[in-house]
Amino acid sequence: MINRLRTSFLATPYAVWILICTILPLFYILGYAITTPEGSFTLSNLTAIADPVHLSSLWLSIKVAFVTTIICLVLAYPVALILHNLKISNKGFVVFLFILPMWMNFMLRILAWQIILSNNGILNSILSAIGLPTVHILYTKAAVTLGMVYDFLPYMILPIYNALSKINDSVIEAAADLGANWWTTFTKITIPLSRDGILSGIIMVFVPALSSFVVSNLLGGGKVLLIGNVIEQEFTLARNWNLGSGLSIILMIFVLVSMSIMNRLDDSENGGMLV
Amino acid sequence: MEFIQFDHVSKSYEKQLVLDELDLYIKENTFVTLLGPSGCGKTTTLRLLGGFEKPDSGKIYLNGNDITALPANLRPINTVFQKYALFPHMTIEENIAFGLNIQKKSKEYINDKIKYALKLVNLDGFEKRSIDSLSGGQQQRIAIARAIVNEPKVLLLDEPLGALDLKLRQNMQYELMKIKQELGITFLYVTHDQEEALTMSDTIVVMNQGYIQQIGTPEDIYNEPENAFVADFIGESNIIEGIMIKDELVSFLGVQVPCVDKGFGTMKPVDVVIRPEDVELLAPGKGFMDGVITDCLFKGVHYELDVQCGGYEWLVHTTKYFEIGQHVSLNVIPFNIQIMNKPESEDEEVMKEDD
Repeated sequence: MINRLRTSFLATPYAVWILICTILPLFYILGYAITTPEGSFTLSNLTAIADPVHLSSLWLSIKVAFVTTIICLVLAYPVALILHNLKISNKGFVVFLFILPMWMNFMLRILAWQIILSNNGILNSILSAIGLPTVHILYTKAAVTLGMVYDFLPYMILPIYNALSKINDSVIEAAADLGANWWTTFTKITIPLSRDGILSGIIMVFVPALSSFVVSNLLGGGKVLLIGNVIEQEFTLARNWNLGSGLSIILMIFVLVSMSIMNRLDDSENGGMLV
Repeated sequence: MEFIQFDHVSKSYEKQLVLDELDLYIKENTFVTLLGPSGCGKTTTLRLLGGFEKPDSGKIYLNGNDITALPANLRPINTVFQKYALFPHMTIEENIAFGLNIQKKSKEYINDKIKYALKLVNLDGFEKRSIDSLSGGQQQRIAIARAIVNEPKVLLLDEPLGALDLKLRQNMQYELMKIKQELGITFLYVTHDQEEALTMSDTIVVMNQGYIQQIGTPEDIYNEPENAFVADFIGESNIIEGIMIKDELVSFLGVQVPCVDKGFGTMKPVDVVIRPEDVELLAPGKGFMDGVITDCLFKGVHYELDVQCGGYEWLVHTTKYFEIGQHVSLNVIPFNIQIMNKPESEDEEVMKEDD
């Protein structure tokens, strides 16, 4: 009993933190979302998502987030597999090299891409130097997607790498022992057993990609309007906190729905989804 | 050429030599056990045959074919792993069918095989269960079933009973012998448990530090150990320094005792091995040497005694109780005195098998 009291006592700072920094702001957002600037009740801030401009932004966000997630997965899985299979003693250091970009300032990394991709930037200098036509990639959806892939890739690599590390080597040997070649072992054993890592990776990339606005601001140059940019503009330029909050709530629902779908897949370990 | 043949096989990990020019022959349809302490190279030998490791030098033959470079998935060999290594995301049925599906067998064939294998390991009706719902012993049976449905020419077993408790381990020993009889294939079994090896094997290969110490039937290994390592590792024994005076007469601890061994020469230093159950305790003055009981422990089947005698602490097993402090006399019949050549230097303690 005393122990339980003591542990709950120790949890107080975190509870206060969550209350002040998470729950309270959430209620504020909700409050703004269902009121007019004059303070009367309305649902128009929520239904505003049906506005064609907002709807197309949301759709664009989903598309960009989806493509980003797929590219990250396709890039990250082989990397994680190679990292896992590295037969060196200093594996931790190599993994560290892959995470290193995460430690640099986020804005700085995106600004670097702005310089690389700009019309007179490094990419085009290289292209013209080897006699290829230059590209106008900056301020396009491609540039935004590229920036997001670059930013979120480590979040896909790490969980997959962890999941692969948990697979017992003897299970892989058992598959070979029973006659499976590399490909069969990979598809029938390695991928299913690393599914948890894949699903966490997908969540950790898809969710921030869906709500991101900084990358599209810097690499989209105002031409690529994601739902995150719309919300940001409502708060900063239009000063319509009520509409911004309403759209935030809608976005949050999308995030929660996508996470619960992932969790459902995660739970179906016993039976159900067999890859 | 023998069924399985290791020809001058060497293997080292990061400059640590694990196997040195190993030569080993295994006959078809025998139960062969590689026995030795950890780090003796027994598991490496098994993994080389399974195809999970490649030798640094030397050749491995199966049925006359050089399989040294053949990858594991193309060898007609299956393995029961130490930690079972079942596929946790598959049902029991799917685990057992894994190899057969790769061989593209028909559905009826696979179903029949699953039924047969589950019956053989006493787990009928477990087809749809998940791996998590099984105990360690049951998981190991499934691992055996999963291996044998592929009808391998050789079944490799890497300390398969190591994780099980004593009672279960003994039951599984009998079941493995039964399965071996039923299948009529070669079993290569790796263990550090001498009792397991003595119970199940047709042939035991005792290994230490990458060398084969002795190959023989369980009776040979137990009754006629070729060197002190084998004598010490297999069962308990009294190993005493002695001198072979002439054929059939050995001297140790200041007494001369008749034995049955010949051909060691005259006045040659030797090691004398006497099993604790071969020592008879008689009334003082009746045996070849008198001593006093210093310890007596009840072990169930027998008492384990320490007898201080001639400056050596003898280990003796008897079914009769003796008081601590009681004076006794030791006697060993000549047949039970085993004479071994002394290693000439420290290095030779690990005797190299050269034949």
